[in-house]
Amino acid sequence: MADATLAASVSPAPASLAAGGGGRRSGPGPLSVERAQAVRHGIALAPFTVYAALFLGAPAIAVVIGAFQSPSGGFTLHNARIAFTGAYLQGFETSLELSAITSIIPALAGALIAYAVHRGRPTSFLRRAVVTASGVFAQFGGVPLAFMFIASLGTVGLATHWLDNIGVNLANLGFNLYTLSGVAFVYMYFQIPLMVLIFLPALEGLRPSWREAAHNLGARSWQFWRYVGLPVLAPTFFGCLLLLFGFGFSAYATADALTSGSIALTPIQIGSFLNGNVIAGQQNVGKMLGLGMLVVLGVVMVLYGLIQRRFSKWVR
Amino acid sequence: MGAITAGRPSLPGGSTAVAALAARASRVAWWRFVVLGLAGVYFLVPMFASIRFAVEQPGGGIDFGIFTSVFSQSGFGGAFSLSVRLAIVTTLIVLVLVVPTSIYIHLRVPRLRRAMDAVTTLPIVVPPIVLIVGVLQVAPSFLKSSPYLLSLEYVMLSLPFAYRSLDAGLRAIDHVTLVDASRSLGGGWITTLLRVLVPNLRSAILSGTVLTVALVLGEYTMATLDQYTTFQVWIVNFDQDSAQISVAASLMSLVVTWALLLAISFLGRRRASGLWWTRRRRIAGS
Repeated sequence: MADATLAASVSPAPASLAAGGGGRRSGPGPLSVERAQAVRHGIALAPFTVYAALFLGAPAIAVVIGAFQSPSGGFTLHNARIAFTGAYLQGFETSLELSAITSIIPALAGALIAYAVHRGRPTSFLRRAVVTASGVFAQFGGVPLAFMFIASLGTVGLATHWLDNIGVNLANLGFNLYTLSGVAFVYMYFQIPLMVLIFLPALEGLRPSWREAAHNLGARSWQFWRYVGLPVLAPTFFGCLLLLFGFGFSAYATADALTSGSIALTPIQIGSFLNGNVIAGQQNVGKMLGLGMLVVLGVVMVLYGLIQRRFSKWVR
Repeated sequence: MGAITAGRPSLPGGSTAVAALAARASRVAWWRFVVLGLAGVYFLVPMFASIRFAVEQPGGGIDFGIFTSVFSQSGFGGAFSLSVRLAIVTTLIVLVLVVPTSIYIHLRVPRLRRAMDAVTTLPIVVPPIVLIVGVLQVAPSFLKSSPYLLSLEYVMLSLPFAYRSLDAGLRAIDHVTLVDASRSLGGGWITTLLRVLVPNLRSAILSGTVLTVALVLGEYTMATLDQYTTFQVWIVNFDQDSAQISVAASLMSLVVTWALLLAISFLGRRRASGLWWTRRRRIAGS
């Protein structure tokens, strides 16, 4: 945006620059005053704009273009045919499944925990402890989280051992830390606290006077929730659900460290392309997978933005 | 509440209603404790188990020396110092690039605030795993041969956090009045920026900085795919030799992150209780 302003008014730049600090009043007419100002804004914002274009814009565009290029550089749809069939299609399905599990369950669990805390006294120790702990646990992630769970629920993990001692064998129950169920279980460790952190303030936005008003008008408890409580909380809930979905979908570090890159998720598959595990002629399939991720995350963020814009007036 | 009702069974009139209420309250309380108890188990057991895992000796017994022995493992020094250097370079770029831009937008072109919000959300749409694919594609070879290419990209990854923190700081102060006052007292733009705005945004800038440092020290995806052994990459690679050391290093990495975040909340409290120089003046004057 700043680039466009800069380009549109690049010619009178030296004159307005010479006008210096008092540029606002030094132009001869209103038009050139505006122009001089636009130029100054353009110059001031140029470093950031150029930086973002180089280090975020250019790589993103390179992924989009590369997705449609053959190894020799010509246009092709071959990458898409490979990326959206067979093992890679399954990668997308597994990734979407993982994101769905690790957004819906943590959203419900987080909302439940937030409500359990909300029902207590607002100044209680319990409440402060839960809020502080959520702040800490929401920061968990990446490699350290993976190792914490390897130490707990891995094949030689201590919790696995303890459970074994009381007769619960996780492997027999179908739980394996290094598969989808394990990765999902680990992701919830930071997704649930995030939900608590975002949802608790929204619960507090439910003013007691609304509940009193509803009861005075003869509403029963379920009617209050059906017609007032849930509609007010729904946008926050679904907005947070979308954020969790996005985090789960794009996470790489935890899954990679946990499974040593053996689980078939789209981010892991992209990583193995970069690590050089490529069949000849498929060099750019990884970029098509990347484009697929951009599309999914783009849709998620647009939906999130729409929810925020449409409903943010409710929760103040 | 249940206990009170139980102690007065002979309450006349409406006792059934009271009993029903009490039953409901106790049911609600029971439900709350089950939820919070399960959450407590889920969150505390892995913490406890990994500490035990790290300190337990093969023959039985406990040795906390494992945490200090992390420092002397082969490769730790190089990996950790690389992470620290990347954090320093990233922070410097954020300070020089993002801070002035945010201030300028708030002060001079507030109509671009919404656009800036959108731009600073983009790094969430382009996750590290996709960004590194494009970076390795377009970066010139002199950048690709340097680890500091990572710093250049980490600036983008930290943008959502750094900008949010600055944005909150700028909204909290009356920057228009501050700037007008400074200007009418004859301060130039540089003076106004460095001697009026930056001191007032001190805690916002510091918390943006701390978030950036925490992000760089914890980043794994881009570093491992760019083939540089940062602290996190080292933890994963060392797992081949000793899972115990990796778990111990993970716990230490978490402690560093907590300490950094604790510093932020400390800064936030300081701001709430007044800026440090006004407080000092007050103490000196009293």
